[in-house]
Amino acid sequence: MESRVIDALKYALENEEMDVKLVDEFREYAEWDSLVLLTLIAKLDEEFQVAIEMVEFKNIRTVEDLIKAVESKI
Amino acid sequence: MAYQVFNKTGIKGLAAAVPKNIINNYEYTEHFPKESVIEVVDKVGIKERRFTDNKTCSSDLCFAAAEKLLADMNIDKSEIDLLVFVSQTPDYRMPATAITLQHRLGLPNSTIAFDVNMGCSGFLYGMSITYSIIQQPGFRKALLLDGETRSKVYSPKDRMTAFLFGDAGVAAIIEKGEKYGKTYFSLNSDGSRSSLIQINAGGYRNPSSVETVTEKVVDEHGNIRSEEHGYMNGPDVFNFLIREVPKDISGIINYSGIPIETIDYFLFHQANLYMNSYLVKKLKLDTDKVPMSIEKFGNTSSVSIPLTIVTQLQHKLNGRKKMLFSGFGVGLSWASAITDLSDCHISDLVEI
Repeated sequence: MESRVIDALKYALENEEMDVKLVDEFREYAEWDSLVLLTLIAKLDEEFQVAIEMVEFKNIRTVEDLIKAVESKI
Repeated sequence: MAYQVFNKTGIKGLAAAVPKNIINNYEYTEHFPKESVIEVVDKVGIKERRFTDNKTCSSDLCFAAAEKLLADMNIDKSEIDLLVFVSQTPDYRMPATAITLQHRLGLPNSTIAFDVNMGCSGFLYGMSITYSIIQQPGFRKALLLDGETRSKVYSPKDRMTAFLFGDAGVAAIIEKGEKYGKTYFSLNSDGSRSSLIQINAGGYRNPSSVETVTEKVVDEHGNIRSEEHGYMNGPDVFNFLIREVPKDISGIINYSGIPIETIDYFLFHQANLYMNSYLVKKLKLDTDKVPMSIEKFGNTSSVSIPLTIVTQLQHKLNGRKKMLFSGFGVGLSWASAITDLSDCHISDLVEI
């Protein structure tokens, strides 16, 4: 699960080579912007049939938070 | 889940009007740094838009399109028994803009005329209502007008919406006839998500005041708008629509029994390049069958589907073409239709 969420994030960031750590705050990545967010939304829907609304997403800071949020919805 | 089905009713002709004033999105840099503008514009795929001046309304764009269409097709105005005007940017809060257009266009007093307050799904609602009413035996022709001046709705200082929207108006003649085939509609609503795209003030819930027209910084990114500007929570709209729109399209295809590969053109609401690319991929469509006008005209809300037909398919509609339309957005409201265009007349684009 963990690696699949990280893969989804890398896919959205269009950087498959990236070294993503659980403690990373993904909004700090240089690649992050509102369209990366849309790609991530689409990917989470495709891979996990999961939708995270923005009210909740705002409080998701780290990669680990993101993984937990996805896990909690499956 | 109820679908509407109509037989032997169709669109006889279509015309569109846009403002002459072209906004080059790459140069829309008054409020944002040039480098970030280039990046945003490349990603949303909207290079140009058309903006009206302060005096021009949606109704004026529709009037120009209607005059062109009626003249090109030699249509006797006394045969128009119904006028429907779809818009969320009407001239006045009252009366209905459709009635002012009945007079301006010189249509008879016996013409039924009213407005339909719908956004991105609105052209399909307008079609569905028009098709329903003209089933009555005495009805000859209907004029469906659909116009928007979204340039006046959104704050140019809110980067979530500043680069997306444009202005346009269309006119369609709808009639009954043996040459027309079947048309299917699926129309849907989710009011629990009404606040995702909203103008909060200026209606009767939150009446206009000095406070509501005051521009404020609204978030940590420094975006600025007032309570009377449009607000859009793009990510949550996207979250919802990527699930519901493909489902609705599959639903209407299954109901109609029309194989997806026999559909000649798929006309999606031109929200942004991103959403359309998503639908192309999800539904495994051939991009040649998915015309887009987003690059030249941006998101014109309910007008975007017919505007795309006029600007992208004018010379490709000889004979009978099977079309699938899908409109989705503010409401939230989403709609799908499958219809035929049979030798549909398309007028040259009007610029005013």
